[in-house]
Amino acid sequence: MAKLTFETDLCKGCGLCVNACPKNLLVLSKDKINLKGHSPVEITDEAACIGCASCAIMCPDCIITVER
Amino acid sequence: MKVFEKPKALTDAPFHYCPGCTHGIIHRLVAEAIDELGIEGKTIGVAPVGCAVMAYNYFACDMIEAAHGRAPAVATGVKRSCPDNIVFTYQGDGDLASIGMAETVHSAARNENITVIFVNNAIYGMTGGQMAPTSLPGQVTQTSPYGRDVNHCGYPVKVCEMLAQLEGPEYLERVAVNNVANIRKAGKAIKKAFENQINKKGFSLIEVVSTCPTNWGMKPTDALKWLDENMLPYYPLGVYKDRSKEEK
Repeated sequence: MAKLTFETDLCKGCGLCVNACPKNLLVLSKDKINLKGHSPVEITDEAACIGCASCAIMCPDCIITVER
Repeated sequence: MKVFEKPKALTDAPFHYCPGCTHGIIHRLVAEAIDELGIEGKTIGVAPVGCAVMAYNYFACDMIEAAHGRAPAVATGVKRSCPDNIVFTYQGDGDLASIGMAETVHSAARNENITVIFVNNAIYGMTGGQMAPTSLPGQVTQTSPYGRDVNHCGYPVKVCEMLAQLEGPEYLERVAVNNVANIRKAGKAIKKAFENQINKKGFSLIEVVSTCPTNWGMKPTDALKWLDENMLPYYPLGVYKDRSKEEK
């Protein structure tokens, strides 16, 4: 099973990972704001993640760690 | 098992780049190449002037800051005095293709044994979005509000095609970072550029077609689409020179 860890406070809410996810599991948070004042990325259904690391490869700020 | 984490050759400093700026991806690809080749201890990077001016904060190897456009000249000096170290420059299009064009062409012509990472986003980013030598015909920027008029401003410079005419350079490739597949290819190209230097083959330049969402005035995701639809037809991806293949 795959596990994603986000360094939420470094997220700039650019949404590149949201677009890259082949399973459309990522969204920008609608109710949270991080230290930088952005809406950080969140995973909606962790059990459905296949651990392909597309989001992490696309992330310009290296905030995603993928374990499998 | 971790399948993806931040490479060790990047420091913990958070990037100052705008949201969605692909500089972060390219920094990571360079750091991954340094990690994979195990050369962090003997790598010396040369930072440019431009958005990546503070690259020395982000790479864990030794870094030098060069005057605007002079990174290949500084790298030449470093490499010639410390031939056992690995020297790379990281430059934008305003730095490499405009004020630093002479240094770039001559270090390529001399086949200096250095690695050049050239980030082409078709605009001056740090100074607020002025027209660059690589801005596309018709592209709207701060200094070309009606679009780049080629009768007045001339045509954009295709750096890889131009340098490929020289005898000197060992390896020239243009890659992009607009999707996962292209990012993987870009990572391989950057690693090869470092390997060429380790094997003392000579000048390698990797041109990375990149985005500038802030100064293009787009959402980061739209900027990737704009890159795909407008930049890639003008700047086709591929290997422009590879002497190791020519010799065979």
